[in-house]
Amino acid sequence: MAETVSLKPGAALAATAGPPSEPWGRKPRRTLSRRNIMLYGTLLVAALYYLLPLYVMVVTSLKGMPEIRLGNIFSPPVEVTFEPWAKAWATACTGLNCDGLSRGFWNSVRITVPSTLISILVASVNGYALANWKFKGADLFFTILIIGAFIPYQVMIYPIVIVLREMGIYGTLTGLVIVHTIFGMPILTLLFRNYFSSLPEELFKAARIDGAGFWQIYFRIMLPMSLPIFVVAMILQITGIWNDFLFGVVFTRPEYYPMTVQLNNIVNSVQGVKEYNVNMAATLLTGAVPLIVYFVSGRLFVRGIAAGAVKG
Amino acid sequence: MTGQAHTGRPSRLLRNLSSKIASIPMMLTAVVIFLGGTIWTVVYSFTNSRLLPRAKFVGLDQYERLWDAPRWIVSIQNLAIYGFFTLVFSLVVGFLLAALMDQKIRFENTFRTIFLYPFALSFIVTGLVWQWILNPEFGVQSVVRALGWTSFTFDPLYNADIVIYGVLIAGLWQGTGLVMCLLLAGLRGIDEDIWKAARVDGIPMWKTYLFIVIPMMRPVFITTLVIIASGIVKVYDLVVAQTSGGPGIASEVPAKYVYDYMFQAQNLGQGFAASTMMLVTVAIIIIPWAYLEFGGRKRG
Repeated sequence: MAETVSLKPGAALAATAGPPSEPWGRKPRRTLSRRNIMLYGTLLVAALYYLLPLYVMVVTSLKGMPEIRLGNIFSPPVEVTFEPWAKAWATACTGLNCDGLSRGFWNSVRITVPSTLISILVASVNGYALANWKFKGADLFFTILIIGAFIPYQVMIYPIVIVLREMGIYGTLTGLVIVHTIFGMPILTLLFRNYFSSLPEELFKAARIDGAGFWQIYFRIMLPMSLPIFVVAMILQITGIWNDFLFGVVFTRPEYYPMTVQLNNIVNSVQGVKEYNVNMAATLLTGAVPLIVYFVSGRLFVRGIAAGAVKG
Repeated sequence: MTGQAHTGRPSRLLRNLSSKIASIPMMLTAVVIFLGGTIWTVVYSFTNSRLLPRAKFVGLDQYERLWDAPRWIVSIQNLAIYGFFTLVFSLVVGFLLAALMDQKIRFENTFRTIFLYPFALSFIVTGLVWQWILNPEFGVQSVVRALGWTSFTFDPLYNADIVIYGVLIAGLWQGTGLVMCLLLAGLRGIDEDIWKAARVDGIPMWKTYLFIVIPMMRPVFITTLVIIASGIVKVYDLVVAQTSGGPGIASEVPAKYVYDYMFQAQNLGQGFAASTMMLVTVAIIIIPWAYLEFGGRKRG
């Protein structure tokens, strides 16, 4: 876009500046050169590869089963039907109960909302303490926390099961929220610590001189100044927690299973005829929340993953 | 830093008290869960715990049994294959895409959005989509056969010899966008003047990338490598969704071994031993990196 627009003013500028011959000759060749065809060609092929599964999901979920058996997976639906979507949402079976993905969806909402809020609250206070109120030994805890981010979850899940069982909350949503808070802590604390450290120190000092304490400075100065980083953290946590599978399986009872677990149980259930269109509708429904977050948040998501990639 | 700003002189423990109270969740997580939990698991991997953890030590029995188990050997081999190809392909493809994206192209945001969206999806979703696409009866194989090439065979998910490559295709689809993004950020950090100087000297572009830009991006590459590698060791949900470890045990991975022994087979000792081996694997990757990264920074 910028290049086409710049063609004319550029030419006009060159004409006033001196010999017009050189800029005149070059520009048009550049936009249609062999190099550009290669460049955009490769990018387009790659883009098609990345888009293909999404496309296949959508078209499969809109076909009826007879059409799936006859046609190929890439052809668009001849007869569009939304029945698979309705079935995936309300009546698909996981083993004994047949109330569809809706239950998993609401479980995931009930898991994701408190987990996101609590993990961000805890981690932002941690980061704030580390950035502005560092006490002796704080860095040691922080280092352990960061190293802990690399330890495979499998090493720590059983001890957590024991702790939660002792507390009497193993298998409940509360337990799972605590687990998400724990495992979100390393990356979020890092994120907030770095952000709060980058704020001008004078601000903090001025508030101290005016007599503000730990919590006052946090709620009245740091929090209002840091909305962007809170949004980044929220994106990170919502997608991460919504997509979680392992913790959902380990730390909750079947009636609280999050959407990912239920989706897997629906699609990979052994009994009954495989209904691929329902499966794909269910898969899309499960992927919808993080996808919407992703498409709406755009650049902030990129910023979040650049910081949160450590989470793996 | 400003911790000593109190006017009175309360005891050392009470100094900066709010900060300490506020950090209790962090301290508990770090010490009890991360440190304590890890030590606990390692210690109990030397016991013969079955349904419940029991402190009856049996030395290296669990590890001997682990390395005798065909399923564990298959898991390790799969992890090695999956890990090697994931590293190679995601770095190569990720870098190529990043380099293409860095050519001041139009629609950069659109392309980035497309390359990165799989990363927003869960491994469960990824695994299930690719299970469908690679379905031999309806997916790629049947489409190619319908075009006339009737002997075409591509059924990785049903062929024990190549099933892990089927998982690999899905894993790459999900993760390459992230690598592209990280490397693109690295490319953007290269000074424009370097490019100008290389152009003035008449060095071809591919040579500039290979001999100047890539060596300059070493820290970015190393960080990316560590990120990919620690993700590889954790691979679990993808396999569960796409193949459930099958056919047979052909696509088992260590993380799944741990889960199955801890929560299904009620053989905790085996689970602990296997998870300790995972920890060792990660340590082998992380320790040299941490040494290079942080040891070097102090000297610099």
